[in-house]
Amino acid sequence: MKFIALLIAVLFGSAPPAPAQTRDIQMLLQTHADAIVASSRRTIGPAIDALAASGLASAREVLNRWQDRELWVREADSLFVYVREEETGLVMLDIVSGVEIATVGRRDLRQLKPNGGIRALIGAALVQFQLSDPDIKVRRAGLRAIERRPEESHLAALRNSLEGETDPDLGIRKRRLERLLTISYGSSAERIAAIHSFDGALSVDVRAALNPILATRTVFGPPPEGANVARRLEPGSGDLGTADAHALMVAADVAAPIPGPEARKQALIDNIVDGAVAGVPVARLDTDAARDAAYLQLAASGVVPTYDPERSMADVVADEMFFAVYIEPDPAVTDAAQSTLKSIETGVKLNRTFDLALDGLSLASIYFLAAIGLAITFGVMGVINMAHGEFIMMGAYTGYLVQQVVPDYTLSLLIALPLAFAVAAAAGVAMERLVIRHLYHRPLETLLATFGISIALQQLAKTIFGTQARPLTSPGWLDGAWVLNDIVSISHIRIAIFAIALMFLAVFLFIMKRTRLGLEVRAVTQNPKMAASMGIDPDRINMLTFGLGSGIAGIAGVAIGLYAKVTSEMGADYIVQSFMTVVVGGVGNIWGTLIGATGIGFLQKGIEFLNPSNTLAAQTYMIVFIIVFIQFRPRGIIALRGRAAGD
Amino acid sequence: MTQLLEVSGVSVTFDGFRAINNLSFQIGKAEMRAIIGPNGAGKTTFMDIVTGKTRPDEGRVLWGDDNLSLLKMTESQIARAGVGRKFQRPTVFEDQSVFDNLMMALKKPRNPLAVLLFRADTQDDARVHRLADEIGLGDQLHRRSGELSHGQKQWLEIGMLLAQDPRLLLVDEPAAGMTLAEREHTTDILVEAAKTRAVVVVEHDMEFVRRLNCKVTVLHEGRVLAEGSLEHVTANADVIDVYLGRG
Amino acid sequence: MSGTFITRNPGVLIFLALLALFTIAITILSEGFGLGLVSTSFVKTLGKTLCLCLVAIAMDLVWGYCGILSLGHFAFFGLGGYAIGMWLMYERTRMIVVESLANAPLPPTPREIVDGIGTQIFGVVGSAEFPPIWAFAHSLPLQLLAVILVPGILAGVFGWLAFRSRVTGVYLSILTQAMTLALSLYLFQNDSGLRGNNGLSGLQNLPGLAAVPQSTVSLWFFWGSALALGAGYALAAWVVSGKLGSVIRGIRDDEARVRFLGYPVETFKLFIFTLTAVIAAIAGALYYPQAGIINPAEIAPIASIYLAVWVAIGGRGRLYGAVIGAAFVSLLSTWFTGGQAPDVNLGFYAINWVDWWLVLLGVSFVLVTLFAPKGIGGLIDMIAHVRSPDRKGAPLGPDVGSLREKEARE
Repeated sequence: MKFIALLIAVLFGSAPPAPAQTRDIQMLLQTHADAIVASSRRTIGPAIDALAASGLASAREVLNRWQDRELWVREADSLFVYVREEETGLVMLDIVSGVEIATVGRRDLRQLKPNGGIRALIGAALVQFQLSDPDIKVRRAGLRAIERRPEESHLAALRNSLEGETDPDLGIRKRRLERLLTISYGSSAERIAAIHSFDGALSVDVRAALNPILATRTVFGPPPEGANVARRLEPGSGDLGTADAHALMVAADVAAPIPGPEARKQALIDNIVDGAVAGVPVARLDTDAARDAAYLQLAASGVVPTYDPERSMADVVADEMFFAVYIEPDPAVTDAAQSTLKSIETGVKLNRTFDLALDGLSLASIYFLAAIGLAITFGVMGVINMAHGEFIMMGAYTGYLVQQVVPDYTLSLLIALPLAFAVAAAAGVAMERLVIRHLYHRPLETLLATFGISIALQQLAKTIFGTQARPLTSPGWLDGAWVLNDIVSISHIRIAIFAIALMFLAVFLFIMKRTRLGLEVRAVTQNPKMAASMGIDPDRINMLTFGLGSGIAGIAGVAIGLYAKVTSEMGADYIVQSFMTVVVGGVGNIWGTLIGATGIGFLQKGIEFLNPSNTLAAQTYMIVFIIVFIQFRPRGIIALRGRAAGD
Repeated sequence: MTQLLEVSGVSVTFDGFRAINNLSFQIGKAEMRAIIGPNGAGKTTFMDIVTGKTRPDEGRVLWGDDNLSLLKMTESQIARAGVGRKFQRPTVFEDQSVFDNLMMALKKPRNPLAVLLFRADTQDDARVHRLADEIGLGDQLHRRSGELSHGQKQWLEIGMLLAQDPRLLLVDEPAAGMTLAEREHTTDILVEAAKTRAVVVVEHDMEFVRRLNCKVTVLHEGRVLAEGSLEHVTANADVIDVYLGRG
Repeated sequence: MSGTFITRNPGVLIFLALLALFTIAITILSEGFGLGLVSTSFVKTLGKTLCLCLVAIAMDLVWGYCGILSLGHFAFFGLGGYAIGMWLMYERTRMIVVESLANAPLPPTPREIVDGIGTQIFGVVGSAEFPPIWAFAHSLPLQLLAVILVPGILAGVFGWLAFRSRVTGVYLSILTQAMTLALSLYLFQNDSGLRGNNGLSGLQNLPGLAAVPQSTVSLWFFWGSALALGAGYALAAWVVSGKLGSVIRGIRDDEARVRFLGYPVETFKLFIFTLTAVIAAIAGALYYPQAGIINPAEIAPIASIYLAVWVAIGGRGRLYGAVIGAAFVSLLSTWFTGGQAPDVNLGFYAINWVDWWLVLLGVSFVLVTLFAPKGIGGLIDMIAHVRSPDRKGAPLGPDVGSLREKEARE
């Protein structure tokens, strides 16, 4: 700021102190006419600054036109004008009013042709106008433009505009951007201060500004005097490949290039004479050893460059010194960048963990939704329903069909949820009545029969809906994501699924603990005969339980369909995980299912995090983990103990 | 050390319910013992502990002359060590013949390879026939055991127990569901067995216990309430209170 | 007591005789050797069916006899196929590479040949390196050993873990299904080293026997499959006929009781599980050269479920039931899904069996489970039982007037 004030004082110190608004821009241009006409990047600075700082309304227009090569100067008196070209000659226009002054010949005027460097300076000056524009939209646009492509010249402009900023939000953004630019373009002390001001900041742009400071290049031999050495490199390690190290040595003329196998082979082929290479018949060159020998023969006769087959690249580069040297010469700056990056790293790790936890939570709620119905039928009734996945699929297809009829996505979702429950529950009750009822106490046969149903339902869906995935579009208000910072974000759909899962937990607990049905279900679970003798109809209870479990699967289908694809095989994708959830959690306990789903969801996300390239592998490892887990808790996390649990 | 089995200070808890509470029990090498007690006294749990089905929370279960701890062994190891168990409900392999049931129980190497290559020789055949005669199923050898009457199944199970040649027999309510004549036969079999080995009979039926004519241990709420001859324990005031008084 | 096995099990002899008769008949009718009435592709289908019968026997042994509803035996089947497929593919590719390098200016070095094979085989998954699991692919004996060892060891380790923690019943089924899913997902990855979802292909071409027509090769495999099925049947019959059969059926019916008889139940289960896994793997090693291609989809849990369906429809707990079920359902399935079955026109809708076959299979499977738990084999049992009624002696159930009732009255 002092600098600008000083500049203005120097420039206008001698001039009569007139209000800036009224001062003619032409006069200002005249003051710097020499520099402007000379068009040298070295000397033009004060002129542009003066224009930019003049506060004149037309200054921006002049700068714009100048940048676009539309500013002309009359050779005779250095009058700056705009020009309209006509057949008779050039029409001079006043740079303030646009009034025609005269028509002159081409020779009288000279077009100012600022070079790239000058245009950049002008551009920077113009940015300042944008940044100080009374219209906040223009200011925002200007700021965004700098954020996108920051340049050194923007720094001063940004600084100039800080003081006049009236909008507090924009002011914060400007100051932040100013510090970011300072990191790259400020003076040493400023840079260090700016770098440290970002300690623990999580934004991607901070890391993007800091990382280039720590860029290094690799040098061979002792580092040059005064170089900002990062560290010594071990050739052959991850930092420095053997071939790269060797190439550096070759470039420094310390080592001879080693011809690679392909090059040697080509050399041999090039030197085949009468079916032999260096006297060795071609037919015998079918081992590496024979080829090496032949090549050395060629080398001995000077036809090809020699090399020592006993000495590999790794031998050559071993024990040599290689250093990573920062391109940034100032060690204080690199140290600051390093320490700030380190602090950022910690913050990033924490936030990544948090983000991962959110991911795990959303996966857990999906597993919970998929498994809760199963937990009811498996846990409460001891019935294995392998067609459970197909009930999920049914719910998803119900949602899809509703969307075909009701075009409003919010409304269709509201219709689809209860309808999916009804459809799946009806299917479940039908299955219980027709099949499962006859197979109680024969768990393996229930398993098999429901397999059969699962196969039939899956194929039925495939026949009706085809093999390609059907979309289940979520309403607009579920699009997008809740973004906490550059690292932590979670999509609205996943939040909604989490909410649905919580809701179901509450509903289920309410039904089981507070309603007559729940009481009867628990009674039948614990002792069917006793319950029957007390007037509870176990048949009816079983039917209702099964309907409830299946209905929840239908709703889970809609929820899953919103974020994944709806296919005839989607049920099969979830059935094993659902069973794992129930088994890991412990059969017959809703909290167990909750813990199981949470555990499996977090575990899967955790494994995916460790091995991000491969979700298939993550599932593999997870299943292996579960198999091992069952070694230690065969009856799940929450297990019924005592004689009741025995077989 | 003349005791075959020594249980000391054993406790086990199921979900807060103390099924066995600091129980101690001993039995000699050739002794008959009856265990009585009301429902929930811990009789079956006691057997579960000895046979390895249930692990106690604390206490020791020592076996044989070498004082082996049964708590470190699996059910099948305990069975091979010489503890035979007959369940309350007759559990024979109903799908298989009486002969196969007995042959399976016969004391022989139990590892899969030996079993795979096992072919019964005349001696084994003779032993199975002898056992079948002993339990009164000599003429039923080739019937499927599922077709036997309830009492016959009980005998078959006792026969299988004897075929194992155990040093200790744990018999859970052997007389349940038997006719009077069948009960007498059962008593004979057990008394005969107790001449060479230890036999523990868990029974509700006082008449049956009286006929066994042996030392009686009364269990109540997971611990020993009284021990001695039947006359002695039936005279015990505590026992009358908790058990006999209920009848 | 010599010769008792055959005399006590005349069924084995009947089965072997029927199998031999069938093999001879097909050979005479085949294109490769006889009248040409049976096409080569149908000989392959029959050969594959024999392999499926073999794996069904393994399934019957482990499920019908030992009570372990394994949903992993088709995975072992697939592993056997992979093991033999690796050699077939490696050796055949090697021949192609050697041939193509024969015209190069320099004769190829061994390393160049291996690199060439690697590029050929793994080009589809964007790699040229041989993963470590291909270390023995160059050797037929070693890969044949792998057919037995890899599934055997996997079954052994998995079974040991599962059985020692006393996982039984449906839990065990779900666990085996999880294992199968894990395996197939693993193989689906490109960096599993087995070409991801491309699987191994071109297995029908025997290396070095390019001159032998497929009609002959198909017969060789047909004979091999018949031989394996016969041997497998006899082995399984022998295993279940003796005391071991008695013990494993005991485990199926009442595991705890067998344990209290002193048998180490877990070891027996592990033995049967591993043995049947190896049988399944051998069946797979014979199947996939006839199918020509193997990919991870073959290993997916649904395949093992179908295996259970075959055995259930055929009738579990009897070896011939498994064979009948596998042959019947898989041939019917080929017929329906091959588009050979005529459409059924209902007037308003024409049932196309390619689409509806699985629905029919699923529904009939449910019906079999509900109404005919003994499956097709039950029919044969019925006939056998009519001939020799075994209902002499006292009625079932507790005798009248047992003391228990008196107790209740007290």
